[in-house]
Amino acid sequence: MITALRQKALPDISSRRMTVFVCGILGLALITVAGNVQASALHAAAHDVRHANGFVCH
Amino acid sequence: MILKNVTGGIVAGAAAGLLTGLLQLAFVQPVLLHAELYEAGVLVHRGAEAISAHREWSGIDPARDGLSLLFSMLVYVGYGLLLTAAMALAPDEGGSISPRAGAIWGVCGFVAAHLAPAFSLPPEVPGSAHVDLSQRQIWWHATVVVTAVALWLLAFGRGVWSIPVAAVLLLAPHVIGAPQPEHFEGPVPQEIAALFASRALGAGLAGWVLLGAILAWLRRDARVDFS
Repeated sequence: MITALRQKALPDISSRRMTVFVCGILGLALITVAGNVQASALHAAAHDVRHANGFVCH
Repeated sequence: MILKNVTGGIVAGAAAGLLTGLLQLAFVQPVLLHAELYEAGVLVHRGAEAISAHREWSGIDPARDGLSLLFSMLVYVGYGLLLTAAMALAPDEGGSISPRAGAIWGVCGFVAAHLAPAFSLPPEVPGSAHVDLSQRQIWWHATVVVTAVALWLLAFGRGVWSIPVAAVLLLAPHVIGAPQPEHFEGPVPQEIAALFASRALGAGLAGWVLLGAILAWLRRDARVDFS
């Protein structure tokens, strides 16, 4: 019974950790590209959004 | 389950980003375009002639405004994924968050990502005086992170120590102080800068509340998935 419970619980915990990891990495990557990277073309395209969302821009 | 969470973060972020982008185009962008006329020297504040404070609406610029909507959606998809990660980290696995509770998660995201950095480094109108970018970016990121940790402690901290620690974390970035310029030399009238900052914050609050509520609604059966 205990073994059965453990077997059931383990994938849940790892799946929860994977959710946190995958969503965290993807989210940080998007915010960095859209909000912080200073490459000229990207900066020009995202300029108004960066100002409007309070990112430091120039 | 992972795919469903990632999809939920993306869909909620795209929807909230689109609505926030439209709100910003209607209320923030006209103020930004007005400021840019002063930044470029087309209008001169305190020059020989008094300048009217009123501007005609300058219309829609399809390329520029389209890119703004696209990037607003990208930024909010990023926020949506981070909020998804935070909800999955919550002690009850974030499994039973109602849309109303989701809106409160959104308010906390707004406080961490917008309000706390703005408390010492207000949303910058184009043309404002500022110091080196990298210094401000370091301060901005540090402030967002410590504020998020402080809010987490206030919401989920178990010991009594969590409240004073949260207070110290909330105050520290502002006691240390944001990098400020030696001299104020921005050419943009203070009235425009103030309106820009308050509208940017207002639109940000609306965006985060929408994001939290939509995300919670999309994850309403997450508890079933975790079990």
